[in-house]
Amino acid sequence: MSEPIMRLEGIYRSFRSGRTVIPVLQDINLDINKLEFLCLVGESGCGKTTTGKILAGLLPPSDGKIYFEGRDVNDLRGNDRRRYRRSVQLIHQDPYASLNPTQTIFDMLSFPLLHHKLVKGQKAARKRAAELLELVDLTPVEDILDKYPHELSGGQRQRVSIARALTTDPSVIVADESVSMVDVSIRIGLLQMMMNLRDELGVTIVFITHDLALAKYFSWEGRIGVMYLGRMVEVGKTQQLIANPQHPYTRVLLSAIPEPDPEKTRTKRHIQLRSEDIPRLTELPPGCSFHPRCPWYIEGVCDHTVPQLAVPATSNSQVEVACFPVQEGQALELYES
Amino acid sequence: MSQPMNDDVVLRVDDLSIVYQTKRGNVQATTNISFDLKRGQAMALIGESGSGKTTVSLSLIRKLPKNALITQGQVLYQRDGNVRDVLKLSKRELREFRWKDCAMVFQGSQNAFNPVLKIRTQFEDTARAHGWTDKNAVRERALELLRLVRLDPERVYEAYPHELSGGMKQRTLLALGVLLNPQVVILDEPTTALDILTQRAIIDVLNEMQQRLNFSIIFISHDLSLAAEMADVVATVYAGEIVEIGPVNDMFYDPQHPYTHGLLTSVPKLDHEQDFVSSIAGAPPNLISPPSGCKFHPRCPYATDKCSEDDPTLTGEKPDHLAACWNKDALLEAREEIARKELAQ
Repeated sequence: MSEPIMRLEGIYRSFRSGRTVIPVLQDINLDINKLEFLCLVGESGCGKTTTGKILAGLLPPSDGKIYFEGRDVNDLRGNDRRRYRRSVQLIHQDPYASLNPTQTIFDMLSFPLLHHKLVKGQKAARKRAAELLELVDLTPVEDILDKYPHELSGGQRQRVSIARALTTDPSVIVADESVSMVDVSIRIGLLQMMMNLRDELGVTIVFITHDLALAKYFSWEGRIGVMYLGRMVEVGKTQQLIANPQHPYTRVLLSAIPEPDPEKTRTKRHIQLRSEDIPRLTELPPGCSFHPRCPWYIEGVCDHTVPQLAVPATSNSQVEVACFPVQEGQALELYES
Repeated sequence: MSQPMNDDVVLRVDDLSIVYQTKRGNVQATTNISFDLKRGQAMALIGESGSGKTTVSLSLIRKLPKNALITQGQVLYQRDGNVRDVLKLSKRELREFRWKDCAMVFQGSQNAFNPVLKIRTQFEDTARAHGWTDKNAVRERALELLRLVRLDPERVYEAYPHELSGGMKQRTLLALGVLLNPQVVILDEPTTALDILTQRAIIDVLNEMQQRLNFSIIFISHDLSLAAEMADVVATVYAGEIVEIGPVNDMFYDPQHPYTHGLLTSVPKLDHEQDFVSSIAGAPPNLISPPSGCKFHPRCPYATDKCSEDDPTLTGEKPDHLAACWNKDALLEAREEIARKELAQ
């Protein structure tokens, strides 16, 4: 396999609130391969958004290294650094909050174009902005360019957001919950448009979501990383991970999701957790942070050492799991029984 | 709907139309909405934002904004053989009706509690406002309900809202909602903004509560999975009208309206290898000047000339599964085509 376009190595990030230190990310290692569809999934507070911000260079990690095209971004200076910042773009979650209400769509799109000297003059900027809007299927382009955000619907705004991310000709786009604020009926249209961007422009898209069904759809040919309380607990090929989830947390999640099929969803077996309360990030349990809730927890092991991501010896897939019972081949038997 | 109300019908909405008066003109928020809610039944109203689902539910407890005008229709409520029109209740009767007969849990209910009062005080205040002053009896009932929603009752009852997590607050709110034993509970997006596992807990708790206390539920959601899991009856709302209504299985396995079908095909499923999913093209119409004929026709892939001229009414082969569409056959053909493709895969 060729070199990954981005790599996170041992990333830690904590925030400070008064005297308490909140560890939001712990030891994240992740390769992002060129042109792959990668999804990060997890519940709120799992660190998926922070990971996205760190990838985009909007937030420095407390510890660890970020590589872009094989080079440590900390060593990048001058033009190289600017190129990295241009090449990785973030699309925010809420299209109602992320667009400046006092600017027209043209203002928003032309600013980065002119600032980075990607085009010369207003006329060229307008032409380029129109092309970008066409890429995100926002037509009629000439009408949209002079509109303000309040004149657009949620779905249209999100398309503007995506067009704005494309202005700097990025090679990686981090889309943070980019469709969760728009209506169900148009989500898929947005996703499909984003998937097409990969083929048309050659961008790698990292999609962050809490919706496993959407993640499955988006990254069917790619990978999913499942996060829990600041750690990656399972990562691997989507088709293998969804068909055969291994980490207890992933299994619990998949078993808990209601499905849009009355008979199936009502007969679905739900795995019972030992506790429904999510531990606070400031009072993380020792060892595996899922152990107080895990139905397969082994006393003296799980509450003692933090498990590392690895392909279980008994597994016939390449999905990596951070779980002692799974790695030792115990959880599966318990699960079957 | 002029049939007499059977004993098992708790709530009947009959030909209800509501208009919002705005500077830009009158917004036809709901048009000729009719349905029956039976005792112990759970009904889901599904549709996009702006479709009028919330307007319908607000009208049931007369909590519409000031610029709303009910132009026609009635909301009949039956308890112990007495039938009353909610829209004609006096102020005093309305105070009685709310919470004791019909309770509503709003969207984003995590913010519904007063942050400076203990949960206990908020339960007691609610009870007192409805003439229930025996604090010990209130406490007993409250603890029982909190246990029912799987919380540690003693701890939660004496806690302040900030000491509870989002999911716990939502469950506490459900307990508070049924404190006065209402017959109808309205839930506006009950699981939106909650995490998957919290959502699962809420669904389980709601199912259990409903079985134990036997109230009826109307819930508003854009989440089809939730409707599939919880509802007995599903109504699809589009541009202020019910375009299809029927038992949950009929609605999911045999949708008769292109809009319902469109919603169903716009959500990817976890257990399918690859999905034939697609969005519904276009956007919901402007309700100040809605399209002529069937309001869905500008977005409908099966629309014919007739659709832009005549507004279809709810009809169906089964008496309880109705849809308002002129071209049900075209939809049926399209569905068969999709089924063939899925089979071939």
